[in-house]
Amino acid sequence: MADETLVSDLPAIDSIYPEKVTLDTRPGYGGFIVPREHLLEIAKEVHDVWGYDMLSSLTGVDYFPDTMEVVYHLYRSLGGGALVLKVQVPREDSVVPSLYSIFNGAEFQEREAWDLLGIKFENHPDLRRILMWEGFAGFPLRKDWKEPYFEEESKPFSSRWPEGVAEHAENKNIFGANVKYPENFDPEKWIASGEEALYLGLEKSGTKADLETESIVINLGPQHPSTHGVFRMAALIEGETILDLKPSFGYLHRNHEKIGERNTFLQNMPFTDRLDYISSMSNNFGYALAVEKLMGVKPPERAEYIRVIMAELTRIASHYMSIGFLLNDLGAFFTPALYALKERELILDIFEAVSGSRMMCNYFRFGGLVRDLPVGVHEKIKNLVFERLPGKVDEFDQLLTENEIVRSRCMGIGVINAEQAINLSATGPILRASGVPYDIRRADPYSIYERFEFDVPVLYHGDIYDRYLIRIAEMRQSIRIIQQAITQIPEGPIFEGKAQYQVKVPAGEAYGRVEAPKGELGFYVVSNGQANPWRYHVRAPSFINLTSLRPMCLNYKVADVVAILGSIDIVLGEVDR
Amino acid sequence: MPSEKINNPLINVPPELQNQITITTLDKIYNWSRSNSLWPMMFGLACCAIEMIITAASRYDFSRFGMEVMRPSPRQADVMIVSGTVTKKMVPQIVRLFNQMGEPKYVLAMGACASGGGPFKEGYNVVSGIDKFLPVDVYIPGCPPTPQALLHGLIVLQKKIQREKLADAEWYKKDFHEEIPVPILGPDLIDPRKYHLFKKENEELPEELVAETGVKGEEA
Amino acid sequence: MGISGIVKGLGITLKHFLDTYLVDIKYKGKRYGTEEGIEDRRSFDTEGIFTVQYPEEKSKVPEEFRYIPFLVYDVNESGEKDIRCTSCGICAKVCPPQCIWITRSVNPETGKPVPKPAKFFIDIDICMNCGLCAEYCPFEAIRMDHDYEIANIDRMAHHIYDLDKLLKPSSYYAEIRPTQFTEEEDARKEKEAKKAAAKAARGA
Repeated sequence: MADETLVSDLPAIDSIYPEKVTLDTRPGYGGFIVPREHLLEIAKEVHDVWGYDMLSSLTGVDYFPDTMEVVYHLYRSLGGGALVLKVQVPREDSVVPSLYSIFNGAEFQEREAWDLLGIKFENHPDLRRILMWEGFAGFPLRKDWKEPYFEEESKPFSSRWPEGVAEHAENKNIFGANVKYPENFDPEKWIASGEEALYLGLEKSGTKADLETESIVINLGPQHPSTHGVFRMAALIEGETILDLKPSFGYLHRNHEKIGERNTFLQNMPFTDRLDYISSMSNNFGYALAVEKLMGVKPPERAEYIRVIMAELTRIASHYMSIGFLLNDLGAFFTPALYALKERELILDIFEAVSGSRMMCNYFRFGGLVRDLPVGVHEKIKNLVFERLPGKVDEFDQLLTENEIVRSRCMGIGVINAEQAINLSATGPILRASGVPYDIRRADPYSIYERFEFDVPVLYHGDIYDRYLIRIAEMRQSIRIIQQAITQIPEGPIFEGKAQYQVKVPAGEAYGRVEAPKGELGFYVVSNGQANPWRYHVRAPSFINLTSLRPMCLNYKVADVVAILGSIDIVLGEVDR
Repeated sequence: MPSEKINNPLINVPPELQNQITITTLDKIYNWSRSNSLWPMMFGLACCAIEMIITAASRYDFSRFGMEVMRPSPRQADVMIVSGTVTKKMVPQIVRLFNQMGEPKYVLAMGACASGGGPFKEGYNVVSGIDKFLPVDVYIPGCPPTPQALLHGLIVLQKKIQREKLADAEWYKKDFHEEIPVPILGPDLIDPRKYHLFKKENEELPEELVAETGVKGEEA
Repeated sequence: MGISGIVKGLGITLKHFLDTYLVDIKYKGKRYGTEEGIEDRRSFDTEGIFTVQYPEEKSKVPEEFRYIPFLVYDVNESGEKDIRCTSCGICAKVCPPQCIWITRSVNPETGKPVPKPAKFFIDIDICMNCGLCAEYCPFEAIRMDHDYEIANIDRMAHHIYDLDKLLKPSSYYAEIRPTQFTEEEDARKEKEAKKAAAKAARGA
């Protein structure tokens, strides 16, 4: 039984549906190309017949000047590798059928592709801009679009050396000649249409009450103490019951992907730190995996162990923070968060000693790490995971789990079931709290996770309380992994080859994914053989997990929304990128 | 401790009364009390906000400076810590929050992004520093500034407040009214203070704009 | 029915509260303002008060800590500053947010570039403290500083660092990063010894 493969290999769907699907034969590429007329049909087939029920990542690539490509990464919730589908359409006529009817998780991802690349998705229920505002000129990720402070296509910029003189870029060009204003543009008469679209888009979809009452629209955020940053939502309420709710994003949209295309591969590494800024080591990990896949290198043994230790420490820190702030949202203002942050500080001390920065670690390199553990850090980690953390997690557990207020505020609130969670592309603790034992460390193992003994905690209610319990259980499992790793860690080099500031990355595509504390963190990187990535897409777990916010909130009370949002555990740096 | 700080040395207090009375100027006691009860607004933008929270948490604990009362409402806050990247989409809200704060108010730009755009400066949705819109009092470099660096920035702000004079305080003047026009999200972010530039000529505007604010920071 | 939860919660809080006094008694008043006291508050078995009371006491940053970069210079025999930077431009090229500007020196007579920077700027309002410049500098000339107390009330005047502000002596470097400094010095000495040996061998 143990050696039996439970998951079959990828189906060769090009030979199963020969008329409709062809193999992607470009060097360095994989997956299958589907013409757009057949996309819906094939997607339904792979979903229903072949069991690819999770649309993990959906993104577009602009192959300037001819083609626009939409890339779908599909997975089985039972585990295994990705089935990659691609649809190629001409740039001028970039219209693709929406997969929303099959995979509800496509909703925000399709909106994002429309917003940034101008790919239209037919029959999408609500195709509005998502990160930028309605009325913004152009589609920023198209290759022929230039930002206002555009300097050069790619870094390094030639103005920096050998005749570089510092200047404030914003003084050179205020409005930017690159911004296209409509003819006779009059700012005083300009009316932005985005707000109306957001508010009017709210519909009564909940169950009708017996009494005919008036419903009102309320707005939460972007400056709100419990939205975990600059997150905003608009809700239609009747009394205190949520009838409809729509999140609104983009208040922290920092253009990671556009900047990422200008950067060299290595320069993107510190930028990944700033995605999910609470768990930078995991972000480094995902990006390093994607580029290493392209380059075909592997880090040495010792580096692998340190990577795992750091990623798991990150998970503990992130979950501590998440639980602490969930309790904040429930009204236990700051005491649980203070206890949580105290432990997190001790973990950050290790990060600071190892990488030089508390939060923005920038510690991974393609083929290894920046440096070995400094003197004394090994001992510190050992003390922490053997002596301190197990007891402290227990204390936290003792303080909160049986607390009546926590139980009555969390149990049975914000429920989504397994089927919904999979269909909404939810990952991480949310998926596992809904009864799906899906953890990439087990489902599609990367690095050296196969060597460690740990359990994937699963619970079945799919409510806030279970998500909280999953996080507590995962902290214990992470401690277990680190305990094994820190005792088994071998001596040796931490970097393969010679450290170079310009890495050679062969042409091709790669999708690297890790189980980040928030869920599946994926990096889709396309290289054309040059120093800069052609496309750099981040499949951000908390962004896609927010797709399930609406179904979780419907028919609950306004006060529950804050707790539900806390239980999803979003980090705005990653949601908006 | 504070008695030496606020004591006015020009007036002699008999030694037997030294521990019982303090003679000071109005300015000093006014600034002393203001600078030691700065209430920041509970308002986080990005990565730096996490470090701000850590500064409020037990290890660094800025309640030691009388700042523990973080207020989510701008009406009750004295200092706005702009903690993180200011995006074009967010600027209207930030300006509105600033306008809602009661005088006297201070702005602290925390981190590279809030000071000057930071690593995301070139981005199409990023404002090169909040000082394009708001008057900033203290800039803290760093990405993100460590909690101790933030505390240092707050101490710099306290020192700045202690140098202020009651007589010059603008906010007590009769017709003092400072409101910053809220920017508009058009095809790109538009600052209402620059409307006139649009009106003049729609096509030939860039050159003029460069001339107006073209303070090159070359030899800074 | 909510009472047991409240009692339990208060109990844990009370324990934390009492711990602060117990630990203080154990340290006999030497917990604050002393090096070992700070160290204890950062150790894995710390109990009680956790606060590092900046600015009276500062928690020591680890050697690898990075903030804003600085340029290292050596002092040569005649007491002049010997800038290590050769203006090769690798830091400017590797810098992710492109906040480094370098102007190469040119010999006024020949017009050929001289391996010294004529101008060197770092805009600390863009710098993301990633440390890539220091990591890839082949001449050990640019390193990350530990000084984080650089808040300022005017950025236009002070926040573009030029050579004046960036240059710091190698003794300062040795002070903040002793391990790295000794490693590099040893490597350099070894290299020089090898060179000398090779020269001697050739001479003979």
